[in-house]
Amino acid sequence: MDILKIANREFKSRLMVGTGKYPTNEIMVKALEESGAEVVTVAVRRINLDRSKESLLDYIDLKKYTLLPNTAGCYTAQDAIRTARLAREAMGTEIVKLEVIGDEKTLFPDNEALLEAAKVLVKEGFIVLPYTNDDPIMAKKLEDVGCAAVMPLAAPIGSGLGIRNPYNIRIILETIKVPVIVDAGVGTASDAAIAMELGCDGLLMNTGIAGAKDPVNMARAMRLAVEAGRLAYVSGRIPKKLYATASSPIEGMI
Amino acid sequence: MSTFEGQGARGKGQVEIMLNGKIRGISVDTTVLGLLSELDIKPQGIAVELNLEIVPKSRFGEMILKDGDKIEIVRMVGGG
Repeated sequence: MDILKIANREFKSRLMVGTGKYPTNEIMVKALEESGAEVVTVAVRRINLDRSKESLLDYIDLKKYTLLPNTAGCYTAQDAIRTARLAREAMGTEIVKLEVIGDEKTLFPDNEALLEAAKVLVKEGFIVLPYTNDDPIMAKKLEDVGCAAVMPLAAPIGSGLGIRNPYNIRIILETIKVPVIVDAGVGTASDAAIAMELGCDGLLMNTGIAGAKDPVNMARAMRLAVEAGRLAYVSGRIPKKLYATASSPIEGMI
Repeated sequence: MSTFEGQGARGKGQVEIMLNGKIRGISVDTTVLGLLSELDIKPQGIAVELNLEIVPKSRFGEMILKDGDKIEIVRMVGGG
């Protein structure tokens, strides 16, 4: 069985899915189901005191899904640490997708602050999954401070550009031992397959599914692409060659 | 005098707190649990921070809110 192991947790699915930006909660529920994901990300926000009491958690079966709270929207290490602690208190889970954003326009990570926050949270017993650039040096530093996985971006969050730098992702895969989960920027099924064919251990996406015209079917497409890409990777592809090699025997020609 | 700048929300026998960034008047000796019940919020799936310190759920019933306290109540929402 092909299992994804992160810290002490094991997952059969290599696709992790976000819960933001779906047209309705009902569509989200169906999309999560079709994606086959076992891990779903959530954000931490102030309770809205004026609106209805309907909660996201009314729609997510916690027996079925592992919640992965994020620190999205945090621009300092301090805010990210604070948010992670609140998520742990609210849900009783130590696992966190650590984001420290450096810039509003690109939503690229502030890697200096990210590393600082990661160090603190690892010491506090968190299972830290940091969202980072496709930078092998940074990935190694994050592994060295005790992160349970690293999550390099394929492209900017929500951009749908797919893997911009497959060579860096390959170097990251050669450099570090913890799982590499590509996070952000996947637009369609082929992007997901390419990430998995490179040998990535998993993929996290939100907008690529939630923003599609038909999120439920796109979730299924992404599940199939992740499975296909993974299977192709473990099966060992043929080398690329410039010229043809005949598939049929030359001997016995009439 | 209001503890916070601007319009006070304090009546007689009340204290003022900052709840999720907004001033709110509450009765003297209101606990965290009392405030949650007043707001019709169940303690499951939420976290409470009082003056930047997390309040463990086990202490909701004993933690009394004082004038000038800053309290944050958070929960999970959709996100990526």
